Amino acid sequence: MSALLAQVQAPEIDYKELSPLFALVGGSVIVLMVGLLGSRFARAVIVPVLTAVALLTAIGLTIWIWEPGNRDPILEGALGVDTLALGISMLFYVAGLVTVVLSLRSLATEQAGHGEYHSLLLGSIAGMVVLAGSESLMTLFIGFELLSIPLYVLCATHLHRRTSLEAGLKYLVVGSVGSATLLYGLALVFGATGAMEFDAISGVLERGEVSPSDPLLLTGVALCATGLAFKASVAPFHQWTPDVYQGAPTPITTFMAVATKAAAFAIFIRLFDHALGWAELDWAPALAVLAAVTIVIGNVGAIPQRSVKRMLAWSSVAQAGYLLAGVVVHTELGVRATAFYLAVYLLMNVAAFAVVVARERVSEHGDDLRSFENLGTISPWLAWPMTIAMLSLAGFPATGGFIGKFYLIDASVAGDYTWLGIAIVIGSVLSLAYYLRLIAVMWMGRYEVELPTVPPRRVRPVAGWSPEADARAQPEVVAVAVLFAAATIAVGLYPDPLFDVARDVSSALPNLH
Amino acid sequence: MTIHLSIVLFLPLASGLVAALLPGRLARSAVLAGPLAVLAYVIVMLFDYESGGGLQWVTNDEWISELGISYKLGVDGLNLFLIALTAIAWVPCTLVAAFSVVERPRLYFFHLALAETAVLGAFMAQDLALFIVFFDLMLVPFYFLIGGWGSGERVRATTKFVIYTLSGSLLMLAAAIALGVLATPDGGEISFALSDLQQRSIAEGSQHWIVLLFALAFFVKAPLFPLHGWVPETYRSTSIPVLALLSGVLSKVGVYGFLRIVLPVMPDGAQYWQELFIIVAVFSILYGSILAFSQDNVRLVLAYSSIAQLGFIVLGIFLFEEKGAQGALFQMLNHGLVTVPLFLILGVIAIRARGSESLSALGGMAFRAPVLAGLFLVISLATLAMPGSGNFIGEMLILFGAFEDNLVYGLVASVGVVLAAVYMIRLYQGTMHGRVGSAVESIDIDRVNLAAIAPLVAVIVALGVYPNFVIDRTEKDVAKNVAAAKRVTNPEVSVIK
Repeated sequence: MSALLAQVQAPEIDYKELSPLFALVGGSVIVLMVGLLGSRFARAVIVPVLTAVALLTAIGLTIWIWEPGNRDPILEGALGVDTLALGISMLFYVAGLVTVVLSLRSLATEQAGHGEYHSLLLGSIAGMVVLAGSESLMTLFIGFELLSIPLYVLCATHLHRRTSLEAGLKYLVVGSVGSATLLYGLALVFGATGAMEFDAISGVLERGEVSPSDPLLLTGVALCATGLAFKASVAPFHQWTPDVYQGAPTPITTFMAVATKAAAFAIFIRLFDHALGWAELDWAPALAVLAAVTIVIGNVGAIPQRSVKRMLAWSSVAQAGYLLAGVVVHTELGVRATAFYLAVYLLMNVAAFAVVVARERVSEHGDDLRSFENLGTISPWLAWPMTIAMLSLAGFPATGGFIGKFYLIDASVAGDYTWLGIAIVIGSVLSLAYYLRLIAVMWMGRYEVELPTVPPRRVRPVAGWSPEADARAQPEVVAVAVLFAAATIAVGLYPDPLFDVARDVSSALPNLH
Repeated sequence: MTIHLSIVLFLPLASGLVAALLPGRLARSAVLAGPLAVLAYVIVMLFDYESGGGLQWVTNDEWISELGISYKLGVDGLNLFLIALTAIAWVPCTLVAAFSVVERPRLYFFHLALAETAVLGAFMAQDLALFIVFFDLMLVPFYFLIGGWGSGERVRATTKFVIYTLSGSLLMLAAAIALGVLATPDGGEISFALSDLQQRSIAEGSQHWIVLLFALAFFVKAPLFPLHGWVPETYRSTSIPVLALLSGVLSKVGVYGFLRIVLPVMPDGAQYWQELFIIVAVFSILYGSILAFSQDNVRLVLAYSSIAQLGFIVLGIFLFEEKGAQGALFQMLNHGLVTVPLFLILGVIAIRARGSESLSALGGMAFRAPVLAGLFLVISLATLAMPGSGNFIGEMLILFGAFEDNLVYGLVASVGVVLAAVYMIRLYQGTMHGRVGSAVESIDIDRVNLAAIAPLVAVIVALGVYPNFVIDRTEKDVAKNVAAAKRVTNPEVSVIK
């Protein structure tokens, strides 16, 4: 027996590099346990605090192990702890912290149990970290599932609302189809190249041992792209997005919109720009077409939406198209632009969703456009962040969104995909129709939007019925909105620090043009 | 004396921010302080300016080195007077606004101030990307000003305005990035500084589509026929001080872009489209003049007259020779200087006619309002390019150039001059003389509007008397900026004689 054990070589475990993951998983377990305690204080206060502590610890540890440059993956080549993984992970942590703050007064945490809710959140983030760092087909799938399964549950945590349960179920069904497709694709890629590790796959392709036109490889690449497209809401695999975004509790929608998107694009970059980089001709033109289609479908789909959550969902589809442009060009500039845009995307979407959270709790119209009427006069501290977020999403200058789009167009043109740059521009023009409508509703007085209305619903008053009192009653939400809107402007005026990080992130990948 | 352009640039924004934080009364004086200080600074600049001395008071700092965008500001003959126009125009408009806005005044002042900073920035920028930043930034305050404080179908109007303009300028953004990327030599650093772009060259084929996208943006902004779809609604719904700025100053940013960016940086592309753009310009002159002649709403008379005037300016630029371009630049200044007081006067008239702005309901106002009528007369005469006015000199320079270039264009453009006389006299007579309109009360101009309009009239008269103040300071730089386009102009393909 002992002789047998001696033959099995366990991979060397690098505890330092794995430490952020330990913080997350450990936090997840502890939070779950504390959530079982009887006292309400422990559940409603200690659990969120512990979750935040776990996330902050992970941020601290990530900064500690941050080291730019191309580095060998750990765990026998299965997990990369390079700046690409770490940099994108930062977005997950920030999104997680925001979700914790936005969930503080959410009914979802009460109904689903504080411990379970936060534990699942941390579990999902751990999955994202694994996914963003995966350097082998196996880790990719493990990360993908670890990310998804908690999210299916989290979507349905508004136990007493049918739409929330429906969202969870829908996400589960569609997500499973995506996972299955991805798994099949991964198997075919393995079959074609005979390798699991991304480095090895890249090597096989580089040496020409497998021709890029190999049917097995081609099918595998196509199925992988489809599976990941489901998760990133790239058209035509986006249909679940509006329903799930609208049905899920808004803090979870926020988390899905920014963190899941970032995770999906991290693995897009890793799989296509690294592992399959030498088979560029197989996937780049196809993904470019997908990107253009996504941009158009997302923006056109958002125009007739009255529900702001649905509108933001369609807008996130469109943004996925913009982001994909940076992956398609397969250049260092493209990876940088995608990473930069992901960060900006986080800032502006969090600002927007925080305002939706605040309004949804107090307005009888929920997230309908009507609950934003005259917000500029009623509650400027919510109206300004929303305005800045919308202007940034539309790509107005002096906001991060402008610089981000500039960067992406720059990358597209430099990567000989000028038409994709033009597609981004045309998408931005289309998007004005719905972003500006929300701004007009907030600032330009009552005016009828010619769209079918939603029947009013009953809400629990948060603090009386006066809007000012309501705004005062949830200062943490207002603070999140203001903070992230300010950051959006700051990045628009002084983007250099974020550029440095994006450069570090792109330095992790070899073989880029 | 050292002049810091950044101070001039951000003074209005600073004053707007201060005004937004002060209580109502104080806000009013604070918001006026910004434009007044800018005006004082600009007057110093006008006299301190060294004619033909190239780019002056340059500020050149790195802004976003990763993208090759620098914060580079500078003044030469090309933008000196457009900056002056901005500084001059904002004072009366802010003054009138300060005394007429009641609803959410501080927010209004903030947007007005932000708009001045954005316009000044677009004129001062010596970096293509920075120019676009300010060009797009202008839209934000105007979007709010039209939609929040306009009248009638204001939200529809402002949305249309922004979508039209931003469609153009986003396409321009893509074209500008392509220009920057394609112009970068192998191994070189990308740069959007105009001086770098001018030295680097890009293939003629790429220039063609890039120039076309730039022209789209500038034509929408100007506006020129057939991209003026946003004009009628926007002009109807915008409040008077904002409209004066929109029509008088903002319309110049686009055409200025031709002189500053398109001609020197992409002469081949400009030359390729010369014929088409001249035809667009000539069409705009005819179309604008004829429609201005047939409008009943006084705002729309001026709206279509602007289209015709901008047609003149574009015609002058695309002749690719010094006289026409000089005339165009001079005409940009003149048109701005007459449009701003014209709209303010229309505001005064509308108040005296219980808000009516229809020519058929107006009339006979001069009876007890001699000062108002006198000011209006001087401005009208200047607008129709009476000899002795600056507009006369500007239009003559353009016409000389046009006749030298092609007889037909010259003739058509001259028709525009004649029609201008007709519609301006019709506007003047219809409001001031004839039968007293049913709702019209003849009261002379109030003090606030007098203080706003009279100095502008003085400037118009002064320019008519001493146009060389402008010509001397601008001619060298104008010649320099059209030189490249002039050189590539090939007589066989450019104009069919």
